[in-house]
Order: sequence, then structure tokens, then C-alpha cells
Amino acid sequence: MVNALNISAVAPDPALFDLPWDLPLEDWPQEVVAALPRGISRHVVRFVKLSGSVLAVKEIADYAAKREYDLLKELANLSAPSVAPIAVVSGRRTAKGQPLDSALLTQHLRFSLPYRALFSYRLRPDMATRLLDALALLIVQMHLLGFYWGDVSLSNTLFRRDATEFAAYMVDAETGALHTKLSDGQREYDIELARTNVIGELMDLEAGSMLEEDLDPVAVGDLLVERYQQLWRALTEEETISADARWRLQDRINRLNGLGFDVAEMSMQTDPDGTTLHIRPQVVDAGHHSRRLFRLTGLDVQENQARRLLNDLDTYRVHSDQTDVDESFVAHDWLTHVFEPAVRSVPRDLRGKLELPQIYHEILEHRWFMSQRESRYVPLEEAVKSYIDTVLTHRRDESELILADTLQLPIQDDIQMG
Amino acid sequence: MATVTFEDATRIYPGNPKPAVDHLNLHIEDGEFLVLVGPSGCGKSTSLRMLAGLEEVNDGRILIGERDVTDVQPKDRDIAMVFQNYALYPHMTVADNMGFALKIAGMPKDQIRKRVEEAAKILDLEEYLARKPKALSGGQRQRVAMGRAIVRQPRVFLMDEPLSNLDAKLRVSTRTQIASLQRRLGVTTVYVTHDQTEALTMGDRIAVLKDGLLQQVGSPLVLYDKPANAFVATFIGSPAMNIGTFPVKDGEVLLGESKVPLSRAVLDAMTPEDENKLTVGFRPENLEAATAQTPGSFPVEIDIVEELGSDAYAYGTLKGSDPATTGLQGGSLIARVDPRAVPRKGETVYFTVREGEQHNFSASTGDRLPD
Repeated sequence: MVNALNISAVAPDPALFDLPWDLPLEDWPQEVVAALPRGISRHVVRFVKLSGSVLAVKEIADYAAKREYDLLKELANLSAPSVAPIAVVSGRRTAKGQPLDSALLTQHLRFSLPYRALFSYRLRPDMATRLLDALALLIVQMHLLGFYWGDVSLSNTLFRRDATEFAAYMVDAETGALHTKLSDGQREYDIELARTNVIGELMDLEAGSMLEEDLDPVAVGDLLVERYQQLWRALTEEETISADARWRLQDRINRLNGLGFDVAEMSMQTDPDGTTLHIRPQVVDAGHHSRRLFRLTGLDVQENQARRLLNDLDTYRVHSDQTDVDESFVAHDWLTHVFEPAVRSVPRDLRGKLELPQIYHEILEHRWFMSQRESRYVPLEEAVKSYIDTVLTHRRDESELILADTLQLPIQDDIQMG
Repeated sequence: MATVTFEDATRIYPGNPKPAVDHLNLHIEDGEFLVLVGPSGCGKSTSLRMLAGLEEVNDGRILIGERDVTDVQPKDRDIAMVFQNYALYPHMTVADNMGFALKIAGMPKDQIRKRVEEAAKILDLEEYLARKPKALSGGQRQRVAMGRAIVRQPRVFLMDEPLSNLDAKLRVSTRTQIASLQRRLGVTTVYVTHDQTEALTMGDRIAVLKDGLLQQVGSPLVLYDKPANAFVATFIGSPAMNIGTFPVKDGEVLLGESKVPLSRAVLDAMTPEDENKLTVGFRPENLEAATAQTPGSFPVEIDIVEELGSDAYAYGTLKGSDPATTGLQGGSLIARVDPRAVPRKGETVYFTVREGEQHNFSASTGDRLPD
């Protein structure tokens, strides 16, 4: 019956045919399945290794699988922070000819961390706030694109380290829909659902004694709403300035840049008497710093990592006495003489522990601490060596954390429905 | 509990001149189960989202009970979107899984307990309240998810294609469960689906939409027996109604090689725009085996017979040399035949339409003509 299998794939990989499509996902053998899933999902989800990368496979009704696949493709075209779709496999049957649900395959995000690992494992006090900021930013980004999520939750989100912060990615679009523009009602409802879900998920960790004791789920949920609203207002609110204080226009743009957004379009209207000016950002794009760094160096990194690297670049410019040299030349110098030698000196077998830009960020942090402790200037090469020996070697491997620590974490089986 | 009223409710998406929902007028009774059904893009989900407050209303208004909610925030409308999110939390008991939203809302513990127990009783989950979801069957977990919406005691339940993501077996059993539960609770429910079988089996009344316009609203039986137009006629019912547009001559409609007399009422209702044509429909089960001599009978050449045990359906083509009189929508004719005496492939069989079971629609507007 395998001959009737129908695979639609973004990047066709013949190895897709080798997976045991005639078995219900629940019964896939150990040698194919990379690990058990840990999110709370209503469907059966498994991770598989295929041609060197890890894919998430979700078993779901055909109609829903195709819908989500198309939606994820659209989101990818919009450069949304969401997982990349790989394929839909439909027409599955068991060896006896019984029909099976379709499967949706998405790329597992390397170096991503599920919330259960973050909230319950060596949770620093400010970690919850950082995760919420990342989630609030993700929701804002999705809403700016016109995406109504319909089921925002920590389970449907993956986090990646982004310098001292986190970056969040959407992993489940099953209930979502793309609109030209979201109404306030859609946004309000989406964020209210997010609040309920996040509180529910934290209460669940609490019930399983896996939550830091001083963390109050309801307060965390309320904080999420607050952060979301603050950011939304900052990005979209109309501001009235007097016509002789036009510098405030640039000020607004600078503030948006500071939040990591570029203004692609700003609407400006004067009052009939010409004394006041109403300004409102029309189109804003996240990734201000990562775009700038990419333009200067070709490095493709996350927003806060980019912020960090740009700061380092600025410092280098001053220290190497090149303030009057064109920035793009300095950037090239910095890349070849500073950044690349540092990351190249990380032994190959340690490079899977963290993303390289994240390693560089940690080297900078480490160097700062060394300088503080020893009250002296620490050359980068020295910091790199010390960081590798005293920090990186002892870290857990986070490239595919979901595989590595499944057994150590006290997580119960997921609940499967449907 | 409450009635729901759409008054000329209209939704126009920016940049699209055609309304997604065009002056919808619909009154839903207290406790009623109303199904919005139609093909994709018909406006059914948009209508539901307008009621939920997730979609702007550009014109007209929406009332829940006596209250105009057109500009009320979704969370203040006293509605529950059922099945939006029904992942269960593994470490929480069934009771906590059902009641956690009330806890977030700050409701006192004893009151939560009371509501959860009431819901559990209706859902047959009383003995599982202290257990973890892991110990439940798939069907029981579905009921816990329903319990989450029930404990909130909303005035209206909204369900948007809640079964579309379930596998076929669970879909049928959940369908029955939702319908019977809704009857027991008596909460006004608006349910959206693209599946006409779901609509027919679940709704007290069904509203059929197409291109943003309400086509007909009525009980499943009314929609089935008296479709208001050719679209509803073909959309409701499986297998679909046979339908086609045929020439009318001397008070008779020409079906293949046969002439079927028309009533005075039908002939009088025809207009010059119809250009002497009539759209005729008849359901597969309303065809009777006949002979060439039976008045009004028409010959059908059988292509294939689908035997289902209790039923059998014959698929064939109307015989005749004039394409104007043999053209059925979809090209073939479907007839329910005696499963104990099915015709052979290639055989020519005569059928008549059972008395009073022929549906006549205007060829120009598609509207139903008087019988």
C-alpha cells in the first residue's frame, strides 16, 4: 500500500520514503525515533533523525495537516519567527490497508530549548521575565504580520538563547490564520488565551513540583499581557508632537530601533493650522540589529546577539583608532581579526554546545568578569582560552537538547489526544 | 442562556469590494443548536468570529439576549469558544484541569468545586475527578476538554470546525457526544462546519451560506425536502441531488428522451429570463424503477453500481441524442436501486421521479419555484 503514499515536500529528500509510514506514529521503533516529545500536545508527536537533521513529525487529520503546512509556508515567506515546514505525508495505510492520519513534518530548530527545560531546570530569578519578554515579542511580531495564533502557549513555543535574552519561535500553527490586519478583538482574545494557557502550563509544573517556589503562575501570566501591551503600544501608538519639535520624529525612530525594530513606513499628518504633527509607525520590521550586522559582516545571528556583536564592533573601532574609517571597512577588519579567530579557536568537538555567536557573546561576558575580578585589561585570546577551559567544556550540549536530556528531566509522558 | 441575533451584520475586508458576510439576518433561539454550513469562503467562520468579537462588524449589529455586543470585547461577551485549546495538563487532576480557568479568574475554591462537580456529573466523569488525565481514555479526555467550557457557564457556546482535526472514528463519536451534551445543557450553541452530514446530524436548525449570503435557514428536514434554491439542493444531501437545466416545451420539460409534464404553478412562475428552460432536481432515493411504457419515464445507461449492503447506488447517463436534454450537473445521474436486484453495467434502465419529489428551480435565478 506504500505505493499510494503522497508526499508534498519543500525540499524533497528521498530518505523521507524510508520512514515507517505504515505504522501509527505511536508505534515507531526506537531506532527511528530520536526521543519522546515533551510538550503538551493533543496529537502524537515524535522526533526523527533524517539525513543529518532532526525533524518533528505530527500525526494529524489530512485536512488539518495540509492547512498547517500551507500556513507555515506562507509564514516562512514572510520571514516570521516560526518553524520551517518540511513535508506533508498523506495516503498512509497500515500493512493491512487500514487508513492512517497524515503526518506533518517540520524542521526541529537547532539549539532551541523547550520551556519545561527552562522553567524547571536551574531557573535564575529573572529567567521567567526574559522568557515572557521573548514570548511577548513573538506574539507582537506575529500580530504585526496579521497572524492570529488562536492557541499561544509555552508548549507551542521554542526558545533559543539570544545573548543575555531569549528569542522565541512559534512551533504550532494548527489553530492559526493569516489576515490582512488583525482587529483589536482578535489581538485581545489571542493574548487572553495566551495568558490562560501560560498560567495553566505553569500551574501544571507547580502540580508536578517542578516550578521555583516563589514563582506565582497568575502573576507571570499577567506580566505577559502587560509586556505585550507595552510593546504593542510602543510600536503602533500615534504620537502628537508640536511642529517645532520635529527632532522628536527621529527620537521615535531611535526608540523603535532600540526595541529592535526598523520603521519601514511612518504616517505623518499635520493639523490644519500646522502647529502639531501626528506620527504613527505604519510598517515596522523586527530585526533591526541583526539586519545591520548582516549588512556589515554577512553574519546571520539573532537580534540580541547582533546587538552584542555590534557593540563589540564599535568598541573595536574606537580602540583601533578607526573612528574616521568607513564602518563597512572596520567591520571587515573586525570580522577577520577579532571574531573569526576567536570562534575558530573553539575546538570542533565543543562547537555543538552552543551556537557560535552565542559562544562569542559568552566569551565577551567571561572576559568582562575576568577583567573585573583581576582589575586589568584581559586580551581576547586569553579570555577565549580561559572560557573554553573553565566554562564551555562543562556545559551541556544544547544543539539538540530535546534528545540529550529527555531521560534526566523529570517530565511525564505527553498527553495525546486525537 | 440567551438568544443570538444578527441584524444586517456585514463584514467587509479592506481591499475587497465584496463583503465576506453580507447583511446577515439570523435569529437563534435560547437553547438552540444552530449550524452554520457552506463551502469554503462562504462566510460561515467569519460570521462566527463576528459573534465572538474576533472580527469587526462594519455594518449592522449583533445581540446576545437583549444586549448589543457589536462593540464589546470578546472576553466580556460571556461566550465560550469550545475546543479552541484542549491540551490537558499531565500533572493536574481531572478536577483541576476542568476548573483552572475559574481559579485564574479568582473564584472561591468551594464554588469552583461545586461547578466542577456539576459538570463532571453531566459528563459522567465524577469518579475520575481525582485522577490524572493519563488514566483516562481518549473519549474521556475529550469530555474533560468540554468540561472546561461548561464550568464557565457561558451564555453561548461557539464551535468552529471542532472535529476537523480528529480522526474519522473519534469524529463520529464526538459528534454524537456534543449533540447530546448540548441538548442536556440547553446552552445556545453556534457551530460551524463545512460538512453537510455533520450539519444534518447535529443541528436543530441549519443556516446555509454561500458567497457571504444566507441562502436558507431551517430544520434539517426542511432543507432536505424543500431547498430554497438550486445551491442548497445540491449542497445538502449525500449522495448529492441530481440536478440539471433542461428545455421546456408545450408545458413539459424534456429530460433525455422523455417529456415530464409541469404543473400550472411552475409554468406560471417562469419568466422570460429563463429562456424556456427549467432547472430540475431529484434525489437519488426518489427515483423509481419503471419501464419504457411508464409515462414520464426516462432511460439511463448504467456505468457503475456501488453496493453498500443495505443500499446500492447506480451511476449512469441520461440517454438521448440532444445534449440540451441530457446535461446533468456533474455529467452523471445517481439512483438508489434495490440492493437485491442491481442493474448490470451497460444495461439501460428506465426511471421515473416519485410523485411530488421533483424539485423545480428557476433557470435564471436558481430560486425554488412553487410546486
